[in-house]
Amino acid sequence: MATLKQPTALKQPSVLPGFGLTFGFTTFFLCAVVLIPLAALVLMTASMTWHDFVKVVFSARALGSYRLSFGASFLAATINLVFGFIIAWTLVRYEFPGRKAIDALIDMPFALPTAVSGIALTTVFAENGWIGQYLVVWGIKVAYTWIGVTVALTLIGLPFAVRSVQPALLEVQRDLEDAAETLGAGRFYIFRRIILPTVLPALLTGFTLAFARAVGEYGSVIFIAGNLPLKTEITPLLIVIRLEEFDYKGAAALGFVMLVISFAFLLMINLLQAWGRKRLTSRVR
Amino acid sequence: MAGIPGTAHEDIASRPGGDTIFSHVIRWLFISASLLFLAALLFAPLATVFVMAFEKGFRAYIASFTDPDTAAAIRLTLTVALIVVPLNTVFGLAASWACAKFEFRGKSFLITLIDLPLAISPVISGMVYVLLFGLHGWFGAWLQDHDISIIFALPGIMLATMFVTFPYVARELIPLMQQLGNDEEEAAMTLGAGGWITFFRVTLPKVRWGLVYGVILCNARAMGESVRCQLSPVISEDSRTPCHCISRFSITSTTSSAHLLWRHCLPCLQ
Repeated sequence: MATLKQPTALKQPSVLPGFGLTFGFTTFFLCAVVLIPLAALVLMTASMTWHDFVKVVFSARALGSYRLSFGASFLAATINLVFGFIIAWTLVRYEFPGRKAIDALIDMPFALPTAVSGIALTTVFAENGWIGQYLVVWGIKVAYTWIGVTVALTLIGLPFAVRSVQPALLEVQRDLEDAAETLGAGRFYIFRRIILPTVLPALLTGFTLAFARAVGEYGSVIFIAGNLPLKTEITPLLIVIRLEEFDYKGAAALGFVMLVISFAFLLMINLLQAWGRKRLTSRVR
Repeated sequence: MAGIPGTAHEDIASRPGGDTIFSHVIRWLFISASLLFLAALLFAPLATVFVMAFEKGFRAYIASFTDPDTAAAIRLTLTVALIVVPLNTVFGLAASWACAKFEFRGKSFLITLIDLPLAISPVISGMVYVLLFGLHGWFGAWLQDHDISIIFALPGIMLATMFVTFPYVARELIPLMQQLGNDEEEAAMTLGAGGWITFFRVTLPKVRWGLVYGVILCNARAMGESVRCQLSPVISEDSRTPCHCISRFSITSTTSSAHLLWRHCLPCLQ
């Protein structure tokens, strides 16, 4: 970015052709598939009066659903942050039987239809399920409570967390660790001063991606949540309920709130990535 | 988000020192924590899916495919994927060429917009099309006058699927192309190759595995997304996708095992 010669031009000169074609096609397709439909949502919300908007968006039921959606997503993303790092570390640094198979299985929540993962989780964590029956002894109910919602959201976000951290961990220079060790640094010191700074942007990206995905998740959660208003009802479900009542404006208003939050989160991720890249390149130079 | 082939393992054996009791304990702790977490959250539900699919025996599993509803659902899913995945692949290639090969203003913003469907709830992506084309939507009356059905029919499912799977190929390719740089393309251009030849003979071979992985992810999501059709309370006979046969775990277990197979074959091909 430092070599920006013509601040007034749209793009920097390049030998390669095809900018007009690809940029035009990209923006056209983006408009047709993503922006026009989203504009419909925004305009539908804008056609409401402010009073109606506030009434829908801050109703007790909506507030309860935000609390669950964002609270459970935050908790799930935090769990993914910790275990995503541990799993990525295990896969990158240790050799053990079945490592390749586990590496491939991490992507399963992507490939598995969300409804199927929801039903499968409910079966496993129900009171007579494989795991649920042992948890019930301890008085922990997972299925049909907020814990179940968190478990489903954790599963959905897991691939994001692991796959973001894995490449960053591979990039950590082992030479630096060895050098630090010969200079007498302890394990925790090496972790804090060498490993963590390198993977921190990736960890944050993974966290944000997992969080953003969890907030919007619908298919798997509705099966394990129980869907009681004010208790275990997530915001996407509330939107669907509004749509089924043909309350398009109410649904659009709730959708708009979620849209704004998603956009803010994505912008944050991309800025974080740009920051990470800049830090890395400046260090190499 | 590509699978990472094991590269850091070769030097583990040759590392001097390090093998203390403490490092063994940590290693054991990390591996067991990972495995326990994955066992509870990932393996147990996966096992349930397969147990349920084969509960009534292999014959019943095969027989469920001949059921007309299931067959129609599978046909619909495949049709949608066949239309959506190539379109999004072309888009992904164009977008990654524009974003990775050139420096222009507002690039971060453009990439954020491309990523947007990833963070948007599938519920919202279904809803926007209902707002546009639904009976009470903007174009609803006009569409009804001209007897065109989009919502609760193939075009609606297609559009919503396209929206949800929109970023996958581009997301996979942009960082890869940025990392690989422009040197070879620029060399090809100075040697007199045209734009298309450079693209097909230089860029495409360079990024092909990233492209394949992006297409697979896009396809997996296109086949697995269930929300868009749950949004349709009125379901005509031909607009079912496998999510309406959720009880029929067989289909999903088949598609997911196909994806697993892909994931395993991919590193071998490389």
